[in-house]
Amino acid sequence: MEAVLLQVLAGLATGSIYASLALALVMIYQATHLVNFAQGEMAMFATYIAWSLVNAGMGYWPAFLLTVLIAFVLGVLIERVVIRPVENAPVLAVVVVFIGLLVILNSIAGWIFSYTIKSFPSPFPAALGIRYMSPHQVGALLVTLLVLALLYVFFRFTPLGLAMRAAAQNPVSSRLVGIRVGWMLALGWGLAAAVGAIAGMMVAPIVYLDPNMMAGILLYAFAAALLGGIDSPGGAVVGGLVVGVLENLLGAFVIGNELKLVVALVLIVGVLLVRPSGFFGSVQVSRV
Amino acid sequence: MSNEKQGLRKIGTVPVFLTLVLLLVACVLPFVVSNYRTFQLTLVLVYAIALLGLNILTGYNGQISLGHGAFYAIGAYVAAMLMDQAGMPYWATIPIAGVVCLVVGFLFGLPALRLEGLYLALATFALAVSMPPILKAHFLEKWTGGVQGIVIVKPDPPAWLAAAGVKLNADQWLYYFVLAIALVLFVVGWNLISGRIGRALIAIRDHHTAAEAMGINTAIYKSLAFGVSAMYTGIAGALGAIAVQFVAPDSFTVFLSITFLVGIVVGGLASLSGALYGALFIQFVPNIADELSKAAPWAVFGVFLIAFVYLMPTGVAGALRVLLSRRRGGKLLQPKEAVP
Repeated sequence: MEAVLLQVLAGLATGSIYASLALALVMIYQATHLVNFAQGEMAMFATYIAWSLVNAGMGYWPAFLLTVLIAFVLGVLIERVVIRPVENAPVLAVVVVFIGLLVILNSIAGWIFSYTIKSFPSPFPAALGIRYMSPHQVGALLVTLLVLALLYVFFRFTPLGLAMRAAAQNPVSSRLVGIRVGWMLALGWGLAAAVGAIAGMMVAPIVYLDPNMMAGILLYAFAAALLGGIDSPGGAVVGGLVVGVLENLLGAFVIGNELKLVVALVLIVGVLLVRPSGFFGSVQVSRV
Repeated sequence: MSNEKQGLRKIGTVPVFLTLVLLLVACVLPFVVSNYRTFQLTLVLVYAIALLGLNILTGYNGQISLGHGAFYAIGAYVAAMLMDQAGMPYWATIPIAGVVCLVVGFLFGLPALRLEGLYLALATFALAVSMPPILKAHFLEKWTGGVQGIVIVKPDPPAWLAAAGVKLNADQWLYYFVLAIALVLFVVGWNLISGRIGRALIAIRDHHTAAEAMGINTAIYKSLAFGVSAMYTGIAGALGAIAVQFVAPDSFTVFLSITFLVGIVVGGLASLSGALYGALFIQFVPNIADELSKAAPWAVFGVFLIAFVYLMPTGVAGALRVLLSRRRGGKLLQPKEAVP
């Protein structure tokens, strides 16, 4: 029983990281109805920036904040420069651009930082650990919950958050009331990149830092976002936690660690087939 | 008027002439270049088959697949396992690899029926990412060799060839063997695309509802397109495994699938000749860029992916078609390609 509890708690910790990446995916999906295949690589790249800052002698938390800021700016830039021209293009073109972005970020990271695996520091003091969880697991869970709370407050209670929600929901009317929709989308990308960067920095001490570290994580995040409903932020969080726990339990007791990724594949295909809108998503109806 | 005549008129004389010249060059090349280049050209043909398969699905039928590396892997492993475990001759493994991939592709195509655009891309992406762990899995290790993979021997030219007085080394023989299969598959592909089935596939891509209203059984066509596409790629995988003499899980990561995507985007979506241009690109450009840095080939791939979407959405094949028709002062021959 204790072993199960251990796995569930560990699952919640990693699940919270999947949840933040899934949330980043959902934010971009809500704004532009696109699934960002490069989200994982953007997070990976930001984590490398944090690593360089820490290595250059900066304290962890200043480096953390600076990285989040840089990731935000990079996210805005990517939206403005790369994504904007294909905003209304057919799906295939958009997917190709995202994959191109993924490949470019991956190779630049390999080029600058080499493909050797690096360790990434965990900022949390040993006192944070409890009986069943390591300090980093507790810390990652807390940081994720804090980020979620901040995002909720931002979107629910600030005028800018309201404008962003409006721009995502109804661009035409938003434009009529004076919201600069294009910039709202860019801000959404920036926020998603920042949230992704936090996810990357939280997961790097667990999976170690290398240019391909996010491939698996991104897959779990996809599964989480789809499970919760790709247009539901709350659903993404619940989905992330569920996927984390499921992955850990199945990996530990049923199929073994090496086939964990297949869980994500089965979940993704399964959800898309059985309930494409996920648990909390809205059902899409289209006229022909 | 007979169909054949229409078909011939559609192609025009210039492309037919060019194809014949190209074929002649392809036949002579192994005697002119080194064995290593011959091996590289063999891989170009292998990739061309795989790209043709992906193009049938993504280019002509509009179903996005980011997971064709997985079918390539299945084909490669079927061939390698049959040669290694069952001691089968290499040529006998090719049709089996094709049939296995046809079935697997068709089965994956059934759920894919319910997925459109982005979601299909997601599902196939997941397939590509989870392929290496499946191949490494412990319970399959007996057959797949686990992380180590399987080493296979390069086939020798058959005895009857030497008896007939033709002297080829192993690399040259394999090249001609792959060339012959590629020719057959391209002719089959051309027949498939230029006929009734091809029109149905394109109609489904361009307007799903209208195609259905016109009486096309979209479910059958879409899942068959998936199956045939996987079959082509699987055959390519089997041939690739024989040429490289080695299969291992880490050769078939998601980046292989992305390489194929680069190939069809650069070569030209919905174009048969595009498969060849794309194959040349993905075989030789990384070799050149590799001298700069280990990461450079991928940086180049990424930049080309994005640049082609913006600047040349019909790929090399589309650009060539425009050039050719401009020279002849006529209209476009067959403006069939997708605008991606």
